[in-house]
Amino acid sequence: MSLSLYPSEFRIERDPERCIVCQVCVRQCANDCHVYDEDDDCIVSNERNCVGCHRCATLCPTNAITITQNPSDFKTNANWTARVIKDIYKQAESGGVLLTGMGCDRQLPSYFDRMLLNASQVTNPSIDPLREPMELRTHLGSKPERVDFKRTGEGFDLTTELSPQLVIDTPILFSAMSYGSISYNACLALATAAQTVGTFYNTGEGGLHKDFYPYGENTIAQVASGRFGVHAEYLDVAAAIEIKIGQGAKPGIGGHLPGEKVSEEISQTRMIPVGTDAISPAPHHDIYSIEDLRQLIFALKEATGYRKPVSVKIAAVHNVAPIASGIIRAGADIVAIDGLRGGTGAAPTMIRDHVGIPIELAIAAVDRRLREEGIRHRASIIAGGGFRNSADIVKAIALGADAVYIATAALVAMGCHLCQKCYTGKCNWGIATQDPYLTKRLNPNIAQRRLVNLLHGWSLEIKEMLGGMGINAIESLRGNREHLRGVGMTQNELDILGIKSAGEAW
Amino acid sequence: MGQFYEKDISGCGIVGFVNENGKVVPGDRIITAMTTMHERGNGLGGGFAAYGIYPERADCYAFHMLYDHPESKTKTEAYFETKCIIEMDEPIPTRQNAFVSNPPILWRYFLKLKPESIQGGDEEDAIVRIVMEINARIEGAFVASGGKNMGVFKGVGFPEDIGEYYRLDEYEAYTWTGHGRFPTNSQGWWGGAHPFSLLDWTVVHNGEISSYGINKRYLEHFGYQCTCYTDTEVLAYLFDLLIRKHQLPIEIAAKIVCAHFWDEIERMDEQQREIYRTLRAVYASALVNGPFAVVIGHTHGIVGLSDRMKLRPLIAARDGETLYIASEDSAIREICPQPEKVWMPRAGEPVIGLLKSPQQQETAASLQRMALFQLQNSK
Repeated sequence: MSLSLYPSEFRIERDPERCIVCQVCVRQCANDCHVYDEDDDCIVSNERNCVGCHRCATLCPTNAITITQNPSDFKTNANWTARVIKDIYKQAESGGVLLTGMGCDRQLPSYFDRMLLNASQVTNPSIDPLREPMELRTHLGSKPERVDFKRTGEGFDLTTELSPQLVIDTPILFSAMSYGSISYNACLALATAAQTVGTFYNTGEGGLHKDFYPYGENTIAQVASGRFGVHAEYLDVAAAIEIKIGQGAKPGIGGHLPGEKVSEEISQTRMIPVGTDAISPAPHHDIYSIEDLRQLIFALKEATGYRKPVSVKIAAVHNVAPIASGIIRAGADIVAIDGLRGGTGAAPTMIRDHVGIPIELAIAAVDRRLREEGIRHRASIIAGGGFRNSADIVKAIALGADAVYIATAALVAMGCHLCQKCYTGKCNWGIATQDPYLTKRLNPNIAQRRLVNLLHGWSLEIKEMLGGMGINAIESLRGNREHLRGVGMTQNELDILGIKSAGEAW
Repeated sequence: MGQFYEKDISGCGIVGFVNENGKVVPGDRIITAMTTMHERGNGLGGGFAAYGIYPERADCYAFHMLYDHPESKTKTEAYFETKCIIEMDEPIPTRQNAFVSNPPILWRYFLKLKPESIQGGDEEDAIVRIVMEINARIEGAFVASGGKNMGVFKGVGFPEDIGEYYRLDEYEAYTWTGHGRFPTNSQGWWGGAHPFSLLDWTVVHNGEISSYGINKRYLEHFGYQCTCYTDTEVLAYLFDLLIRKHQLPIEIAAKIVCAHFWDEIERMDEQQREIYRTLRAVYASALVNGPFAVVIGHTHGIVGLSDRMKLRPLIAARDGETLYIASEDSAIREICPQPEKVWMPRAGEPVIGLLKSPQQQETAASLQRMALFQLQNSK
């Protein structure tokens, strides 16, 4: 192989004054960026391997390491940017598809950043959530259009029975991440955190390790196109079932867990031989249209005695609104919509960065369409795809989502530094890897605590924002677009979001 | 939203009373009560609702219309002709008042529906469609009220001047409600004053509805168009939906609009818990949030209700067969100096006063509704 033209992405600067040659960095880096030179008793850097995960810099006891972007740049060119040139070098050397991890990182317009929230002044007292009740409890599932009572002697009794619901105490769920794409400890942290907070985590398409059965009441079991780990017990132990049609990071394509990651434990959980590639086909090969989806929804409902809500997860694509409508008419209790910025363990870069639409527009379009068709009550909407903070969540709910899925933010809470190299299996933070030497770095108790803290902090912030709007229950925010205003948008974008421009009064 | 839409801003004064034996009293009493709360309004809106005022035409829908100009009147009348039989129509009698200026054309109609207007649905649905059609489509025309044996009298001015202008002392009603408004931004629009009405529902409201955005979208699902450019109208439509369309007992409707907190629901016995959990899940978008106190009027009586934290004042009193509800104690004591009982209703708890016997002229549909009211009463 000839010399690689692909430049180092990062620089590793090691301060010789500070470095005590303890070799922590050498042991911590799975990419072999730090090598101990016995002859000179010093550590040398192999910058070319650095992914910018900051594991070494974080653990260096003397703060001797600084990781920076390589300042060396190509000649400025608005079209042929460094990213474009480097991608071409990479493909010229490998002959393959560009791979990446996490969500779209291109600088596309963020509609969250162009929406602003309302607050009360004078005419309407804001509510202090530390002194007054502030309710975030949400029921996810299908609702009837109305309730009926029957007279019983002196009183009355409800004759309407609510279909199965997922009850959450904060409108945030952990999105699908499979055991395989992330480690056992990371799964355990998500499961225990969901249980502590009173919400749900999602198995992804990786099946459910028997150790996690005790957290079944906080588990959403995914049924994806590969059907990995799907069996009666799996469905039975979970609180809800989610049929995965697509995900925001890679709409229209399937998934691939390389055989290297299929250990003994994963092989048992997924029900495939050790070391074989786990390939999820692009479509479900028993779903070639909406009527086939209906059959799968009801097969799963039959299999679980109609005791669990069934969700269908799709990527936000151009036709998302009519597709969501069809899914609800096919019998789904929940529609999960994953936007363009949704993350993944591995996706072709071109797909990740160029297919799908932003979640903000998808929520608005779906909510409006379902209301126009008079079926909004028949399913809940969970939105996912790049929620960075509690304000994003408040805006999504005001647009019409019932709750949101977060995954990237959960990983960051556990320690992820967004180096986007999940697909290499060399996650130095012990999250997106199955290497026992690496996975033991993630302490599930500490990770759980950090996840619980994140949800607690975000929930408090949501309550503060609600209180500011003069609202004391989340359902009065849901679909209440009067509390949103847009800045820097075209009239068409405002219309699609169904909001007014900043400066326009009620 | 149209150019007139505005949130109803704060500071209003409301009052209502019902004589549960159906005994009628003249309108000067409600004007007297409102006068004590003069400071709660700013002269940009006052109005009253009265029940039992047209006993001789109790079988007709009494439409009180506000017209900006003669063309809107001509258009509306042409529209009425297509849907209804106009039994009688006349100007609404008024009296010159130095403080009331630029009134619209005020006209009332006693209507019966043509059978073909009912379109297989029920009669009241047809009336709702007519009201929505006029308010949304006929420029310059506004339906102040359109129920049977009742009417809304409202305009721009202080309530005592509006009451005087409409000669309310010449009407006798068993239920009266009144409103003095303090908008911070008014287009001087008579239709924007309270009460807001649909069929025989009327609402006088003090407060601001922070959940308006979703209440409006929820109601659109059931065919209600929010055309009054104010948040108050959603309350009238919600009660119409829950009680008339969904046939819910009034107490349940009140607990949908003002839902129990989840921790209250947790403490209930199992049956009650299931009822209120289901109501909150199904009617989440009908929860009315933000500070408010309202008096809702209806053929059968009145309901006083405040928001779940009682961020607006509401006081109730009872004297014999009359139930009083008001923003301030003074409004009640001015017309009933020694009530037998005065109390502050708890946040979110409805105060209900109902006629003891159904009125002779009730239609079958409203009799059924009466049964639901009584069901609640006997509980």
